[in-house]
Amino acid sequence: MPDHVHTSAEDEHDSAYAGLLVNDAHWAFGTDFEDPLAGVDTTIPEGIDAPTLAAYALMLGDDSLVMSHRIAEWTSNAPDLEDDIALSNIALDLLGQSRLLLARAAKADDSVVPALPEGSPAPPEDALAFFREAHEFRNVRFAEVVNGDFAEATVRVLLFSVWRLAVWERLRASTDHVLSAVAVKGVKELTYHRDYAARWFVTLAQGTEESRSRLLAALDELWPLWPELFDTHPVEAAAAASGVGVDPATVREAAEAVLDQVLTAADVPRPEVARRSGVLGRTGRDGMHGEALSRMLAEMQSVARAHPRGQW
Amino acid sequence: MTLTETPLDAGTQADLESHFEATIARNDRIEPRDWMPDGYRRTLVRQIAQHAHSEIIGMQPEGNWISRAPSLRRKAILLAKVQDEAGHGLYLYSAAETLGVSRLELTEMLISGRQKYSSIFNYPTLSYADVGSIGWLVDGAAICNQVPLCRTSFGPYGRAMIRVCKEESFHQRQGYELLTTMMRGTDEQRAMVQESVDRFWWPALMMFGPPDADSPNTAQSMAWGIKRNTNDELRQKFVDMSVPQAEALGVTLPDPDLAWNDERAHYDFGQPDWDEFMQGVKGNGPCNAQRLAHRRRAHEDGAWVRAAATAFATKEATA
Ligand SMILES: [Fe+2]
Ligand SMILES: [Fe+2]
Repeated sequence: MPDHVHTSAEDEHDSAYAGLLVNDAHWAFGTDFEDPLAGVDTTIPEGIDAPTLAAYALMLGDDSLVMSHRIAEWTSNAPDLEDDIALSNIALDLLGQSRLLLARAAKADDSVVPALPEGSPAPPEDALAFFREAHEFRNVRFAEVVNGDFAEATVRVLLFSVWRLAVWERLRASTDHVLSAVAVKGVKELTYHRDYAARWFVTLAQGTEESRSRLLAALDELWPLWPELFDTHPVEAAAAASGVGVDPATVREAAEAVLDQVLTAADVPRPEVARRSGVLGRTGRDGMHGEALSRMLAEMQSVARAHPRGQW
Repeated sequence: MTLTETPLDAGTQADLESHFEATIARNDRIEPRDWMPDGYRRTLVRQIAQHAHSEIIGMQPEGNWISRAPSLRRKAILLAKVQDEAGHGLYLYSAAETLGVSRLELTEMLISGRQKYSSIFNYPTLSYADVGSIGWLVDGAAICNQVPLCRTSFGPYGRAMIRVCKEESFHQRQGYELLTTMMRGTDEQRAMVQESVDRFWWPALMMFGPPDADSPNTAQSMAWGIKRNTNDELRQKFVDMSVPQAEALGVTLPDPDLAWNDERAHYDFGQPDWDEFMQGVKGNGPCNAQRLAHRRRAHEDGAWVRAAATAFATKEATA
């Protein structure tokens, strides 16, 4: 038995190294991730208002992208290796969602895609991610808040995924096959994110005095942006009316009920903090963001923008 | 650390030793519950811990570029890779735990500077091409070092290495693919790749450790089956494999002495700057202080979270 193990390990790995220049079967899995849309009809269904679909997909895609970026900032910084891995997983799931959603937006209406210099090979989802200005992003402000401590990460992932899960459970029935497929996959991912965060929420609430007070502080800090998640933007209203999307206001009750379960299990009272106002009544979905987003984008977009004709 | 076993009478001791030697001689695995000499255990703990620390510290140089990855696809690949390294650290700390040391103890040894990690990670990452160079050369050198470890005599270490090596091969592949793609891009990108390879080639050669003549622990580690090849053997193998890859890529390796030697049927090559290597080992490398400070901060910032988890688990158990 040991001999068998030894030999196979040696052969396999020695040949893996030597095979770098050969596209052999060993590398059949390539360097790309599985295509999550394999088998999904990606044509724009008849009767769907393409600009509405594009604008709506952008909103969801930007939420994922910006949230993913923040969660990814935890990599190599988490309290324990298991949490480092879990947070990277969450960031990866969200990043995967954003690729699909931004690509969908571009496919539905290519006028949303910023023009790049001639000869740029960047795919449209990258043009959207790396070549738009902050005011063109349509994510909720909740997603962009600068990271705090691990209690803040816990509350952030919990509130975000409770909200999103309520929306995406309904989005599975979208008349757009791609949004529907993204939501089917996303619901599984978001359930894991929510459960991970909920476990930590209860643990921190019931752990030590310090963990509880940090958790309550984090909840107070993020709570003012919670109501904005359920505002109905005209694009969301139009998307909901045509069966493409979901009006977040209609899932508020369901989301609050789930959140209440977690708060009760943790013995944490609902915060009494007022909602944060917008600017001239405008918030994230209108492209009105906090100061943090443009700083995040300056970093995120720096390499792509320095090489607009670059191949990556 | 609990590195000593209960004293035994001389007869039993001799039996155990000969059993151990016979297992090693058969190229069989030693398992955690088997008797092993103190020195073997200590050497393993040191080596596995150093390896685990390298995986964890190694998250930082590439982690440095996650927030700036220039495409969504590259961002996902990089994030997944850095996550894999956390996983490698996890398997290796688990292997070390079978020898009676905890992850926490080892982490404290790392952040207090009492245990080392691979010096390669004390080099800075200065452009996105470094993500590719690290995959190609650093993961590549790691594979050369680690493939033989899949057959190492200590079971949990060998089994961890089989998993790790599979993923390292994947990382190497991805790194090389990034460089290949960049070489097809703009002139600036090609220059970026060359500049990056110029910086990482020599440090990659240093990853095999000092020349055999200056590597005092090698002989004992080889006798115990912990180590399977000498530093110089592995370095040669790495050079021989990398030269054609560099040619296919279209980059020049920064070594004027690099030349095929027909007689030896190997490439001749120059020596890295071992003084600079020693500076890194002593803690004076370009990023030693930064890497350790990062790790220490993350560990200390997480202390209240770990304390909360422990307190909660205790409450749950008594509830
Ligand atoms: Fe690794
Ligand atoms: Fe790796």
